Amino acid sequence: MAVTHLRCRECKAEYPLEALYVCDRCFGPLEVAYDHSALVKDADQLRRRIQAGPQNLWRYADFLPVLDGPPGPSGRLASRTGLPAGCTPLIKADRLAKQLGLREVWVKNDAANPTHSFKDRVVSVATARARELGFKTIACASTGNLANSVAAHGAALGLESYVFIPADLEEQKILATGVYGTNLVAVKGNYDDVNRLCTELSAERDWAFVNVNLRPYYAEGSKTLAYEIAEQLGFELPDRCVVPKASGSLFTKIAKGFEEWRDLGLVDGELPKMNGAQADGCSPIADAFAAGQEVCKPVKPDTIAKSLAIGNPADGPYAIEVARNSGGSIDSVSDDEIRAGIALLAQSTGIFTETAGGVTTATLAKLAARGDIDPDERVVLVITGEGLKTLDAVKGTFETHTIEPTVEQFETQVEQGTASGATALAALGV
Amino acid sequence: MGVTVKIPTQLRSAAGGESETVLDGATVREVLDGLYARYDGLGERLADEDGSLRRFVNVYVSGEDIRFLDGLDTPVSDGAEVTILPAVAGG
Repeated sequence: MAVTHLRCRECKAEYPLEALYVCDRCFGPLEVAYDHSALVKDADQLRRRIQAGPQNLWRYADFLPVLDGPPGPSGRLASRTGLPAGCTPLIKADRLAKQLGLREVWVKNDAANPTHSFKDRVVSVATARARELGFKTIACASTGNLANSVAAHGAALGLESYVFIPADLEEQKILATGVYGTNLVAVKGNYDDVNRLCTELSAERDWAFVNVNLRPYYAEGSKTLAYEIAEQLGFELPDRCVVPKASGSLFTKIAKGFEEWRDLGLVDGELPKMNGAQADGCSPIADAFAAGQEVCKPVKPDTIAKSLAIGNPADGPYAIEVARNSGGSIDSVSDDEIRAGIALLAQSTGIFTETAGGVTTATLAKLAARGDIDPDERVVLVITGEGLKTLDAVKGTFETHTIEPTVEQFETQVEQGTASGATALAALGV
Repeated sequence: MGVTVKIPTQLRSAAGGESETVLDGATVREVLDGLYARYDGLGERLADEDGSLRRFVNVYVSGEDIRFLDGLDTPVSDGAEVTILPAVAGG
Protein backbone atom coordinates (compact mmCIF):
# COMPACT_ATOMS: atom_id res chain seq x y z
CA MET A 1 0.00 0.00 0.00
CA ALA A 2 1.14 3.50 -0.77
CA VAL A 3 0.23 5.04 2.59
CA THR A 4 3.36 5.79 4.62
CA HIS A 5 2.76 8.00 7.68
CA LEU A 6 0.84 10.90 9.20
CA ARG A 7 2.21 14.41 8.73
CA CYS A 8 1.34 17.73 10.34
CA ARG A 9 -0.15 20.01 7.74
CA GLU A 10 1.41 23.03 9.48
CA CYS A 11 4.90 22.11 10.72
CA LYS A 12 5.38 18.88 8.70
CA ALA A 13 6.27 16.80 11.79
CA GLU A 14 5.79 13.09 11.08
CA TYR A 15 3.80 10.54 13.09
CA PRO A 16 3.06 6.81 12.80
CA LEU A 17 -0.23 5.61 11.24
CA GLU A 18 -2.11 5.42 14.55
CA ALA A 19 -5.26 6.97 16.00
CA LEU A 20 -3.74 10.45 16.09
CA TYR A 21 -5.14 13.66 14.66
CA VAL A 22 -3.30 16.60 16.20
CA CYS A 23 0.36 17.58 16.06
CA ASP A 24 1.82 17.50 19.58
CA ARG A 25 4.14 20.36 18.71
CA CYS A 26 1.94 22.98 17.05
CA PHE A 27 -1.64 21.63 17.36
CA GLY A 28 -1.95 21.55 13.56
CA PRO A 29 -4.05 18.84 11.89
CA LEU A 30 -2.40 15.58 10.86
CA GLU A 31 -2.84 14.34 7.30
CA VAL A 32 -2.11 11.03 5.67
CA ALA A 33 1.03 10.93 3.52
CA TYR A 34 1.60 8.52 0.64
CA ASP A 35 4.39 7.30 -1.56
CA HIS A 36 2.84 6.81 -4.99
CA SER A 37 6.14 6.31 -6.79
CA ALA A 38 5.25 2.67 -7.55
CA LEU A 39 2.07 3.82 -9.33
CA VAL A 40 3.39 6.55 -11.59
CA LYS A 41 5.05 4.39 -14.21
CA ASP A 42 2.12 3.69 -16.49
CA ALA A 43 -1.06 5.77 -16.28
CA ASP A 44 -2.96 3.50 -18.72
CA GLN A 45 -2.22 0.47 -16.60
CA LEU A 46 -3.30 2.33 -13.48
CA ARG A 47 -6.59 3.34 -15.14
CA ARG A 48 -7.25 -0.30 -16.07
CA ARG A 49 -6.43 -1.38 -12.52
CA ILE A 50 -9.00 1.09 -11.18
CA GLN A 51 -11.64 0.05 -13.70
CA ALA A 52 -11.16 -3.62 -12.83
CA GLY A 53 -11.80 -2.89 -9.15
CA PRO A 54 -14.99 -3.41 -7.13
CA GLN A 55 -18.10 -1.33 -7.81
CA ASN A 56 -17.56 0.85 -4.75
CA LEU A 57 -14.93 3.18 -3.32
CA TRP A 58 -12.46 0.34 -2.74
CA ARG A 59 -11.64 0.53 -6.43
CA TYR A 60 -9.55 3.52 -5.24
CA ALA A 61 -7.80 1.61 -2.45
CA ASP A 62 -4.40 2.60 -3.86
CA PHE A 63 -5.15 6.18 -2.81
CA LEU A 64 -6.74 5.44 0.57
CA PRO A 65 -5.17 5.07 4.03
CA VAL A 66 -5.68 1.38 4.66
CA LEU A 67 -2.60 -0.78 5.12
CA ASP A 68 -4.03 -4.18 4.26
CA GLY A 69 -5.87 -3.11 1.13
CA PRO A 70 -9.61 -3.32 0.74
CA PRO A 71 -11.30 -5.13 3.62
CA GLY A 72 -12.08 -8.76 2.89
CA PRO A 73 -10.04 -11.54 1.26
CA SER A 74 -9.90 -9.76 -2.08
CA GLY A 75 -10.81 -6.44 -3.62
CA ARG A 76 -13.87 -7.91 -5.22
CA LEU A 77 -15.18 -9.30 -1.95
CA ALA A 78 -14.90 -5.85 -0.43
CA SER A 79 -18.15 -5.00 -2.14
CA ARG A 80 -19.79 -7.53 0.17
CA THR A 81 -18.11 -6.52 3.44
CA GLY A 82 -19.76 -3.96 5.70
CA LEU A 83 -21.42 -1.07 3.91
CA PRO A 84 -19.02 0.02 1.21
CA ALA A 85 -19.94 3.39 -0.25
CA GLY A 86 -19.37 5.04 -3.57
CA CYS A 87 -20.00 4.54 -7.27
CA THR A 88 -22.95 6.90 -7.08
CA PRO A 89 -24.53 8.31 -10.25
CA LEU A 90 -23.15 11.30 -12.13
CA ILE A 91 -26.14 12.69 -14.02
CA LYS A 92 -25.97 15.08 -16.96
CA ALA A 93 -28.48 17.71 -15.92
CA ASP A 94 -29.35 19.38 -19.22
CA ARG A 95 -32.64 20.85 -18.04
CA LEU A 96 -31.02 22.41 -15.00
CA ALA A 97 -28.18 23.75 -17.16
CA LYS A 98 -30.62 25.29 -19.62
CA GLN A 99 -32.60 27.01 -16.89
CA LEU A 100 -29.42 28.52 -15.50
CA GLY A 101 -28.08 29.55 -18.92
CA LEU A 102 -25.14 27.14 -18.70
CA ARG A 103 -23.89 24.65 -21.27
CA GLU A 104 -22.97 21.65 -19.21
CA VAL A 105 -24.00 20.81 -15.65
CA TRP A 106 -23.55 17.42 -14.03
CA VAL A 107 -25.06 16.35 -10.73
CA LYS A 108 -23.03 13.99 -8.57
CA ASN A 109 -25.81 12.39 -6.56
CA ASP A 110 -24.18 11.13 -3.40
CA ALA A 111 -27.55 10.58 -1.76
CA ALA A 112 -27.28 7.22 -3.54
CA ASN A 113 -25.04 5.80 -0.83
CA PRO A 114 -26.02 3.08 1.69
CA THR A 115 -27.30 5.57 4.30
CA HIS A 116 -28.09 8.25 1.73
CA SER A 117 -25.26 10.72 2.14
CA PHE A 118 -21.58 11.18 1.26
CA LYS A 119 -20.72 10.39 4.87
CA ASP A 120 -20.70 6.68 4.00
CA ARG A 121 -17.48 7.34 2.08
CA VAL A 122 -15.60 8.77 5.03
CA VAL A 123 -17.06 6.23 7.46
CA SER A 124 -16.20 3.28 5.18
CA VAL A 125 -12.58 4.41 5.17
CA ALA A 126 -12.44 5.36 8.88
CA THR A 127 -14.00 2.09 10.03
CA ALA A 128 -11.68 0.05 7.80
CA ARG A 129 -8.71 1.75 9.45
CA ALA A 130 -10.32 1.49 12.91
CA ARG A 131 -10.58 -2.29 12.47
CA GLU A 132 -6.97 -2.50 11.33
CA LEU A 133 -6.00 -0.63 14.49
CA GLY A 134 -8.01 -3.07 16.60
CA PHE A 135 -10.82 -0.80 17.81
CA LYS A 136 -14.03 -2.49 18.95
CA THR A 137 -16.14 0.67 19.27
CA ILE A 138 -16.75 3.46 16.77
CA ALA A 139 -18.19 6.87 17.63
CA CYS A 140 -18.80 10.32 16.17
CA ALA A 141 -19.99 13.88 16.70
CA SER A 142 -22.61 14.43 14.03
CA THR A 143 -24.98 16.92 12.47
CA GLY A 144 -27.11 13.96 11.32
CA ASN A 145 -25.80 12.26 8.21
CA LEU A 146 -22.68 11.02 9.93
CA ALA A 147 -24.86 9.70 12.75
CA ASN A 148 -26.84 7.56 10.27
CA SER A 149 -23.65 6.27 8.71
CA VAL A 150 -21.71 5.43 11.88
CA ALA A 151 -24.71 3.66 13.41
CA ALA A 152 -25.24 1.63 10.22
CA HIS A 153 -21.56 0.76 9.76
CA GLY A 154 -21.41 -0.35 13.39
CA ALA A 155 -24.35 -2.66 12.78
CA ALA A 156 -22.92 -3.97 9.50
CA LEU A 157 -19.50 -4.74 10.96
CA GLY A 158 -20.56 -5.86 14.43
CA LEU A 159 -18.86 -2.94 16.17
CA GLU A 160 -20.40 -1.17 19.12
CA SER A 161 -21.17 2.46 18.34
CA TYR A 162 -21.81 5.72 20.17
CA VAL A 163 -23.38 8.55 18.22
CA PHE A 164 -23.50 12.09 19.62
CA ILE A 165 -25.89 14.59 18.02
CA PRO A 166 -27.36 18.01 18.87
CA ALA A 167 -30.71 17.39 20.58
CA ASP A 168 -32.63 19.60 18.10
CA LEU A 169 -31.77 17.55 15.01
CA GLU A 170 -34.40 16.75 12.34
CA GLU A 171 -36.65 13.87 13.42
CA GLN A 172 -35.88 11.88 10.25
CA LYS A 173 -32.15 11.94 11.00
CA ILE A 174 -32.70 10.82 14.60
CA LEU A 175 -35.00 7.97 13.53
CA ALA A 176 -32.63 6.86 10.77
CA THR A 177 -29.87 6.60 13.36
CA GLY A 178 -31.59 4.92 16.29
CA VAL A 179 -33.00 2.15 14.13
CA TYR A 180 -29.52 0.62 13.75
CA GLY A 181 -29.28 -0.11 17.47
CA THR A 182 -26.56 2.40 18.31
CA ASN A 183 -26.02 4.19 21.62
CA LEU A 184 -27.65 7.46 20.59
CA VAL A 185 -26.74 10.48 22.72
CA ALA A 186 -28.67 13.72 22.14
CA VAL A 187 -26.64 16.58 23.60
CA LYS A 188 -28.37 19.74 24.79
CA GLY A 189 -26.38 22.18 22.71
CA ASN A 190 -25.35 22.89 19.12
CA TYR A 191 -22.97 20.84 16.99
CA ASP A 192 -19.93 22.72 18.27
CA ASP A 193 -20.87 21.74 21.83
CA VAL A 194 -21.22 18.12 20.70
CA ASN A 195 -17.86 18.31 18.98
CA ARG A 196 -16.17 19.74 22.07
CA LEU A 197 -17.63 16.96 24.21
CA CYS A 198 -16.44 14.29 21.78
CA THR A 199 -12.97 15.83 21.61
CA GLU A 200 -12.81 15.58 25.41
CA LEU A 201 -14.22 12.04 25.44
CA SER A 202 -11.84 10.83 22.75
CA ALA A 203 -9.00 11.37 25.21
CA GLU A 204 -10.73 9.33 27.89
CA ARG A 205 -12.20 6.39 25.95
CA ASP A 206 -10.48 3.78 23.81
CA TRP A 207 -12.89 4.34 20.95
CA ALA A 208 -12.46 5.24 17.31
CA PHE A 209 -14.19 8.61 17.03
CA VAL A 210 -14.26 8.65 13.26
CA ASN A 211 -14.13 12.45 12.96
CA VAL A 212 -11.88 13.10 15.94
CA ASN A 213 -9.00 10.70 16.59
CA LEU A 214 -9.53 8.88 13.25
CA ARG A 215 -10.07 12.12 11.36
CA PRO A 216 -6.96 11.95 9.14
CA TYR A 217 -8.18 8.61 7.71
CA TYR A 218 -11.84 9.61 7.67
CA ALA A 219 -11.22 12.80 5.73
CA GLU A 220 -9.38 10.91 2.99
CA GLY A 221 -12.62 9.12 2.11
CA SER A 222 -13.94 12.36 0.62
CA LYS A 223 -11.26 12.23 -2.08
CA THR A 224 -13.17 9.36 -3.67
CA LEU A 225 -15.83 11.85 -4.77
CA ALA A 226 -13.21 13.55 -6.93
CA TYR A 227 -11.88 10.26 -8.26
CA GLU A 228 -15.37 9.11 -9.21
CA ILE A 229 -16.28 12.37 -10.90
CA ALA A 230 -13.08 12.24 -12.95
CA GLU A 231 -13.50 8.56 -13.80
CA GLN A 232 -17.17 9.00 -14.73
CA LEU A 233 -16.22 11.88 -17.03
CA GLY A 234 -13.87 9.47 -18.84
CA PHE A 235 -10.77 10.37 -16.83
CA GLU A 236 -11.24 14.07 -17.41
CA LEU A 237 -11.41 16.96 -14.99
CA PRO A 238 -14.49 19.19 -14.76
CA ASP A 239 -13.93 22.95 -15.04
CA ARG A 240 -15.72 23.74 -11.81
CA CYS A 241 -17.22 22.02 -8.76
CA VAL A 242 -19.83 23.47 -6.43
CA VAL A 243 -19.62 21.81 -3.04
CA PRO A 244 -21.40 22.37 0.30
CA LYS A 245 -19.29 23.36 3.26
CA ALA A 246 -19.64 22.64 6.95
CA SER A 247 -16.16 21.99 8.40
CA GLY A 248 -14.59 22.53 4.96
CA SER A 249 -13.11 19.04 4.94
CA LEU A 250 -15.11 17.62 2.01
CA PHE A 251 -14.31 20.70 -0.09
CA THR A 252 -10.55 20.54 0.50
CA LYS A 253 -10.39 16.78 0.01
CA ILE A 254 -12.25 16.88 -3.31
CA ALA A 255 -9.66 19.40 -4.48
CA LYS A 256 -6.89 17.15 -3.16
CA GLY A 257 -8.32 14.14 -5.02
CA PHE A 258 -8.23 15.95 -8.36
CA GLU A 259 -4.72 17.19 -7.66
CA GLU A 260 -3.43 13.70 -6.77
CA TRP A 261 -4.76 12.20 -9.97
CA ARG A 262 -3.30 14.99 -12.05
CA ASP A 263 0.08 14.49 -10.39
CA LEU A 264 -0.12 10.78 -11.20
CA GLY A 265 -0.96 11.50 -14.84
CA LEU A 266 -4.43 9.92 -14.62
CA VAL A 267 -6.04 13.19 -15.73
CA ASP A 268 -4.70 16.25 -17.53
CA GLY A 269 -5.41 19.93 -17.64
CA GLU A 270 -6.27 22.64 -15.19
CA LEU A 271 -7.61 21.80 -11.76
CA PRO A 272 -11.28 22.69 -11.33
CA LYS A 273 -12.34 25.98 -9.85
CA MET A 274 -13.75 25.17 -6.42
CA ASN A 275 -16.90 26.96 -5.23
CA GLY A 276 -17.98 26.45 -1.64
CA ALA A 277 -21.58 26.78 -0.49
CA GLN A 278 -22.80 27.76 2.97
CA ALA A 279 -26.07 28.94 4.49
CA ASP A 280 -26.39 32.60 5.55
CA GLY A 281 -27.28 31.35 9.02
CA CYS A 282 -23.93 29.62 9.36
CA SER A 283 -21.37 31.14 7.03
CA PRO A 284 -18.09 31.52 8.93
CA ILE A 285 -16.01 30.35 5.96
CA ALA A 286 -17.87 32.45 3.38
CA ASP A 287 -17.59 35.49 5.67
CA ALA A 288 -13.84 35.06 6.13
CA PHE A 289 -13.43 34.57 2.37
CA ALA A 290 -15.38 37.75 1.64
CA ALA A 291 -13.36 39.71 4.20
CA GLY A 292 -10.06 38.48 2.79
CA GLN A 293 -9.18 36.79 6.07
CA GLU A 294 -7.48 33.45 6.60
CA VAL A 295 -9.02 32.55 9.94
CA CYS A 296 -12.74 31.99 10.48
CA LYS A 297 -14.53 33.72 13.31
CA PRO A 298 -16.83 31.15 14.91
CA VAL A 299 -20.59 31.75 14.79
CA LYS A 300 -23.70 30.37 16.51
CA PRO A 301 -25.58 28.63 13.67
CA ASP A 302 -29.19 29.46 12.85
CA THR A 303 -30.26 27.83 9.59
CA ILE A 304 -32.54 25.10 8.25
CA ALA A 305 -29.40 23.52 6.74
CA LYS A 306 -28.57 21.68 9.95
CA SER A 307 -26.18 19.26 8.30
CA LEU A 308 -23.99 22.27 7.48
CA ALA A 309 -24.44 23.98 10.86
CA ILE A 310 -20.86 23.94 12.11
CA GLY A 311 -20.06 27.33 13.58
CA ASN A 312 -16.42 26.53 14.24
CA PRO A 313 -15.13 24.90 11.04
CA ALA A 314 -11.95 22.87 11.57
CA ASP A 315 -10.76 23.14 7.96
CA GLY A 316 -11.92 26.71 7.36
CA PRO A 317 -8.46 28.17 6.65
CA TYR A 318 -7.62 25.40 4.18
CA ALA A 319 -10.99 25.70 2.45
CA ILE A 320 -10.39 29.41 1.94
CA GLU A 321 -6.96 28.64 0.49
CA VAL A 322 -8.43 26.09 -1.95
CA ALA A 323 -11.15 28.50 -3.11
CA ARG A 324 -8.64 31.32 -3.67
CA ASN A 325 -5.94 29.22 -5.34
CA SER A 326 -8.39 27.51 -7.69
CA GLY A 327 -10.08 30.73 -8.80
CA GLY A 328 -13.33 29.81 -7.11
CA SER A 329 -15.24 31.44 -4.27
CA ILE A 330 -17.26 30.73 -1.16
CA ASP A 331 -20.82 32.01 -1.10
CA SER A 332 -23.81 31.76 1.18
CA VAL A 333 -27.56 31.66 0.58
CA SER A 334 -30.65 32.36 2.67
CA ASP A 335 -33.07 29.76 4.03
CA ASP A 336 -35.64 30.80 1.39
CA GLU A 337 -33.02 30.34 -1.31
CA ILE A 338 -32.22 26.91 0.16
CA ARG A 339 -35.88 25.86 -0.19
CA ALA A 340 -35.91 27.23 -3.73
CA GLY A 341 -32.69 25.35 -4.47
CA ILE A 342 -34.25 22.08 -3.32
CA ALA A 343 -37.26 22.75 -5.58
CA LEU A 344 -35.11 23.75 -8.55
CA LEU A 345 -33.04 20.56 -8.38
CA ALA A 346 -36.09 18.36 -7.84
CA GLN A 347 -38.06 19.95 -10.69
CA SER A 348 -35.22 20.02 -13.21
CA THR A 349 -33.48 16.70 -12.46
CA GLY A 350 -35.83 14.49 -10.47
CA ILE A 351 -33.32 14.45 -7.61
CA PHE A 352 -34.73 15.28 -4.19
CA THR A 353 -31.98 16.57 -1.95
CA GLU A 354 -31.83 17.61 1.67
CA THR A 355 -31.23 21.18 2.80
CA ALA A 356 -27.47 20.96 2.19
CA GLY A 357 -28.19 20.19 -1.47
CA GLY A 358 -30.53 23.16 -1.52
CA VAL A 359 -27.61 25.30 -0.36
CA THR A 360 -25.40 23.91 -3.12
CA THR A 361 -28.00 24.24 -5.88
CA ALA A 362 -28.93 27.78 -4.81
CA THR A 363 -25.25 28.70 -4.79
CA LEU A 364 -24.83 27.35 -8.33
CA ALA A 365 -27.81 29.47 -9.42
CA LYS A 366 -26.27 32.49 -7.71
CA LEU A 367 -22.93 32.00 -9.45
CA ALA A 368 -24.70 31.60 -12.81
CA ALA A 369 -26.83 34.72 -12.27
CA ARG A 370 -23.75 36.69 -11.23
CA GLY A 371 -21.97 35.72 -14.44
CA ASP A 372 -19.15 33.96 -12.61
CA ILE A 373 -19.48 30.85 -14.76
CA ASP A 374 -18.29 30.89 -18.35
CA PRO A 375 -21.11 29.41 -20.47
CA ASP A 376 -18.72 26.86 -21.93
CA GLU A 377 -17.69 25.42 -18.60
CA ARG A 378 -18.36 21.88 -17.51
CA VAL A 379 -19.74 22.26 -13.99
CA VAL A 380 -20.29 19.54 -11.38
CA LEU A 381 -22.82 20.10 -8.61
CA VAL A 382 -22.03 17.88 -5.63
CA ILE A 383 -25.23 16.73 -3.92
CA THR A 384 -24.32 15.18 -0.59
CA GLY A 385 -27.61 14.05 0.96
CA GLU A 386 -31.18 12.85 0.59
CA GLY A 387 -34.33 14.97 0.69
CA LEU A 388 -36.29 12.43 2.71
CA LYS A 389 -34.09 13.26 5.69
CA THR A 390 -35.21 16.91 5.91
CA LEU A 391 -38.86 16.76 4.93
CA ASP A 392 -39.84 19.79 7.01
CA ALA A 393 -37.92 22.00 4.59
CA VAL A 394 -40.40 21.32 1.79
CA LYS A 395 -43.61 21.42 3.81
CA GLY A 396 -45.93 24.10 2.48
CA THR A 397 -43.80 24.77 -0.61
CA PHE A 398 -46.32 23.34 -3.07
CA GLU A 399 -50.03 22.97 -3.55
CA THR A 400 -51.98 19.73 -3.25
CA HIS A 401 -55.33 19.57 -5.05
CA THR A 402 -57.79 17.82 -2.76
CA ILE A 403 -60.98 16.84 -4.56
CA GLU A 404 -64.05 14.61 -4.37
CA PRO A 405 -63.68 11.54 -6.62
CA THR A 406 -65.58 13.09 -9.55
CA VAL A 407 -64.54 14.15 -13.05
CA GLU A 408 -66.30 17.45 -12.54
CA GLN A 409 -64.23 18.26 -9.48
CA PHE A 410 -61.04 17.25 -11.28
CA GLU A 411 -61.84 19.57 -14.17
CA THR A 412 -62.83 22.58 -12.08
CA GLN A 413 -60.41 22.23 -9.18
CA VAL A 414 -57.32 20.89 -10.94
CA GLU A 415 -57.37 21.59 -14.67
CA GLN A 416 -58.86 25.05 -14.40
CA GLY A 417 -57.12 25.85 -11.13
CA THR A 418 -53.95 27.92 -11.00
CA ALA A 419 -50.80 26.08 -11.98
CA SER A 420 -48.22 25.89 -9.24
CA GLY A 421 -44.48 25.43 -9.58
CA ALA A 422 -41.96 27.38 -11.68
CA THR A 423 -41.40 29.69 -8.73
CA ALA A 424 -38.04 28.20 -7.76
CA LEU A 425 -36.05 30.10 -10.37
CA ALA A 426 -37.74 33.40 -9.55
CA ALA A 427 -36.89 32.97 -5.87
CA LEU A 428 -33.27 32.48 -6.85
CA GLY A 429 -33.16 35.61 -8.97
CA VAL A 430 -32.61 33.67 -12.19
CA MET B 1 -9.44 27.59 45.31
CA GLY B 2 -8.15 28.95 41.98
CA VAL B 3 -9.04 28.09 38.40
CA THR B 4 -8.86 24.51 37.10
CA VAL B 5 -7.18 24.16 33.72
CA LYS B 6 -7.94 20.96 31.80
CA ILE B 7 -4.95 19.88 29.75
CA PRO B 8 -5.50 18.00 26.47
CA THR B 9 -3.79 14.62 25.97
CA GLN B 10 -1.49 16.11 23.35
CA LEU B 11 0.10 18.34 26.01
CA ARG B 12 0.15 16.04 28.99
CA SER B 13 3.64 14.72 28.37
CA ALA B 14 4.88 18.30 28.63
CA ALA B 15 2.80 18.86 31.76
CA GLY B 16 4.22 16.10 33.93
CA GLY B 17 1.48 13.72 32.79
CA GLU B 18 -1.20 15.82 34.52
CA SER B 19 -4.69 16.03 32.99
CA GLU B 20 -5.52 19.15 34.97
CA THR B 21 -3.88 21.72 37.15
CA VAL B 22 -5.06 24.56 39.39
CA LEU B 23 -3.82 28.11 38.80
CA ASP B 24 -4.60 31.63 39.92
CA GLY B 25 -5.60 34.46 37.63
CA ALA B 26 -8.39 36.94 36.94
CA THR B 27 -8.47 36.47 33.17
CA VAL B 28 -7.85 33.61 30.74
CA ARG B 29 -4.61 35.36 29.74
CA GLU B 30 -3.35 35.42 33.34
CA VAL B 31 -4.29 31.78 33.87
CA LEU B 32 -2.57 30.67 30.66
CA ASP B 33 0.51 32.74 31.48
CA GLY B 34 0.62 30.90 34.80
CA LEU B 35 0.32 27.58 32.94
CA TYR B 36 3.17 28.47 30.58
CA ALA B 37 5.32 29.48 33.57
CA ARG B 38 4.57 26.24 35.40
CA TYR B 39 5.39 23.90 32.50
CA ASP B 40 8.29 24.57 30.20
CA GLY B 41 7.50 24.43 26.50
CA LEU B 42 3.70 24.69 26.74
CA GLY B 43 3.65 28.37 25.82
CA GLU B 44 5.35 27.92 22.47
CA ARG B 45 2.97 25.11 21.55
CA LEU B 46 -0.22 26.96 22.35
CA ALA B 47 0.59 30.56 21.56
CA ASP B 48 2.35 32.60 18.90
CA GLU B 49 5.23 34.89 19.77
CA ASP B 50 2.87 37.80 20.41
CA GLY B 51 0.96 35.75 22.96
CA SER B 52 -2.17 35.16 20.87
CA LEU B 53 -3.44 31.59 20.67
CA ARG B 54 -2.41 29.51 17.70
CA ARG B 55 -5.23 29.11 15.19
CA PHE B 56 -5.77 25.41 15.89
CA VAL B 57 -6.17 25.88 19.65
CA ASN B 58 -9.61 26.33 21.22
CA VAL B 59 -10.03 27.55 24.79
CA TYR B 60 -13.31 27.31 26.69
CA VAL B 61 -14.42 28.86 29.97
CA SER B 62 -17.08 26.70 31.60
CA GLY B 63 -17.90 25.19 28.20
CA GLU B 64 -18.09 28.43 26.17
CA ASP B 65 -15.53 29.21 23.47
CA ILE B 66 -13.65 32.33 24.58
CA ARG B 67 -14.04 33.80 21.08
CA PHE B 68 -17.72 34.30 21.98
CA LEU B 69 -16.61 36.01 25.20
CA ASP B 70 -13.72 38.46 25.53
CA GLY B 71 -11.01 36.22 24.13
CA LEU B 72 -7.91 36.10 26.30
CA ASP B 73 -9.32 38.97 28.35
CA THR B 74 -12.33 36.88 29.38
CA PRO B 75 -12.63 37.15 33.17
CA VAL B 76 -12.48 33.94 35.17
CA SER B 77 -13.79 33.59 38.68
CA ASP B 78 -12.53 31.41 41.48
CA GLY B 79 -13.62 27.83 40.84
CA ALA B 80 -14.01 28.29 37.07
CA GLU B 81 -12.87 25.64 34.61
CA VAL B 82 -10.68 26.50 31.61
CA THR B 83 -10.49 23.78 28.95
CA ILE B 84 -7.86 23.70 26.23
CA LEU B 85 -8.68 21.54 23.20
CA PRO B 86 -7.42 21.00 19.66
CA ALA B 87 -9.59 22.75 17.07
CA VAL B 88 -9.19 20.26 14.26
CA ALA B 89 -11.94 17.83 15.23
CA GLY B 90 -15.33 17.30 13.66
CA GLY B 91 -17.13 17.86 10.42
